[in-house]
Amino acid sequence: MAAVVEVQNLTKCFDSFRAVDGISFEIREGEILGLLGPNGAGKTTTIHMLLGVITPSSGAIRMFGLPFERHREVILGQVNFSSTYVSMPQALTVEENLRVVGKLYGLDRIASRIDHIIKRLEMEEFRTKLTRKLSSGQMTRLSLAKAFLTEPKVLFLDEPTGSLDPDIAAKTRALILEMRRSSGMSVLYTSHNMREMEEMSDRIVFLFRGRIIAEGTAKAIKARFGETDLEEVFLKLARGGVPSPL
Amino acid sequence: MRLHRITALLTRHLYLYRRSFPRLMEIIYWPFVDLVIWGFITLYLAQYKNSLPSFVTFFLGALILWDVLFRAQQGITISFLEEVWSRNLMNLFASPLKPSEFLAATMLLSIGKVVAVSCVTVMAALLFYSFNVFVLGLSLVPFLLNLIVTGWCIGVLTTGLIMRYGQEVEVLAWGLVFLFQPISCVFYPMNVLPPWLQTIAWINPAAHVFEGMRAVITTGTFPGAELAWASGLNAVYLSGLILWFHMMFSVCKDKGLLVRVGE
Repeated sequence: MAAVVEVQNLTKCFDSFRAVDGISFEIREGEILGLLGPNGAGKTTTIHMLLGVITPSSGAIRMFGLPFERHREVILGQVNFSSTYVSMPQALTVEENLRVVGKLYGLDRIASRIDHIIKRLEMEEFRTKLTRKLSSGQMTRLSLAKAFLTEPKVLFLDEPTGSLDPDIAAKTRALILEMRRSSGMSVLYTSHNMREMEEMSDRIVFLFRGRIIAEGTAKAIKARFGETDLEEVFLKLARGGVPSPL
Repeated sequence: MRLHRITALLTRHLYLYRRSFPRLMEIIYWPFVDLVIWGFITLYLAQYKNSLPSFVTFFLGALILWDVLFRAQQGITISFLEEVWSRNLMNLFASPLKPSEFLAATMLLSIGKVVAVSCVTVMAALLFYSFNVFVLGLSLVPFLLNLIVTGWCIGVLTTGLIMRYGQEVEVLAWGLVFLFQPISCVFYPMNVLPPWLQTIAWINPAAHVFEGMRAVITTGTFPGAELAWASGLNAVYLSGLILWFHMMFSVCKDKGLLVRVGE
């Protein structure tokens, strides 16, 4: 499968602090890549660089074979994201927010796309509700709907099920997997839920203090650290057991 | 520049204003209160109109025109702050939206605000004080446009500063424009300023607009020179400030501030 996202020696320094330190990885077409790491490992900074809202200090990002900086507009039209840390205009209804997103991305058939995504994410009961009145779970679903609405080729999901109840979380994961199957969409996925990470990811990139310290399938990573559980690997690393570089 | 992205932002703000009473108050209430207070002061001072002819026209005209500048500035800055307050900046700038399209949308919004506010103040002035701002004639139109552009300049400056320095300087959205009021010579002619301040006022396009307005009232002639100065200065400032805004945008992306504005 061809790589749709290629990251080479990506580095981000904030003054003397190296948030991301020379990482390289790729996301293949239709692949779900898990980005794993403790708080402060550089996951969100990496996603922000891939979305063009933070400029890398050095390194290169290519998407769909194009250099990001020179083709920002074309690339971002085919990319979307959902994050528990980003909200949407509170005084607009769910439907209004989605309509604005549709216009922003220049979509056709906005109304029918909204109907479709609202049905898929079971949002009918709150489609006319003001965003400020949504529960955190409903807010997460709106954020996901915003991301799915544009039918992106690459989707960045930053802890997408963080505030969902187990039922909706399971449905959301199923939806992501199904959309990947039907559209060939590629996904970069971060989560602190190790079971979810194993279930969702084809491969995992393990970040620690801005560096990639492990990369591969969940099974390969567990084998490398001599653990049977990904959570044990996570705890081992987060508590200071940094392995030798790859 | 893509029209659909600009209209997306306009739609977002129209939805917001449609159901937000406090935001509608901003358009109706404050300009109305301003006009009523200054109107009565003007009526009081008009008792001495022998010593200063056209007093009502000077004052109420100036007040209405100042509001045009103020609302044009607010149209840009408050639209940006709305995105900050709703933590929506990342949704916008991680989309294909360009900073220039963002600015274009806020400028169009500010025109909408100016039109709405002007309707309120012009009607109130007519109703309460029988003052028709259009006595100033058609020559008012190019000066009005210049005031809108001056408002944009201050709006772009304020927005860039808020984007760069965050919550600490949010108060500039309401305060910075008033720094320009003394040197805009809104209610008095430029020659009452001390000479050193006149030099500063001279490079302020708004001062030329208000000088021009007074010239229309007192001499009835079209002050072409004032209009040329105002337009030239505005063209230079707006181009410079748009470039500066893009630079600030790059600095914010470099420092990772864009995703943290408002925190």
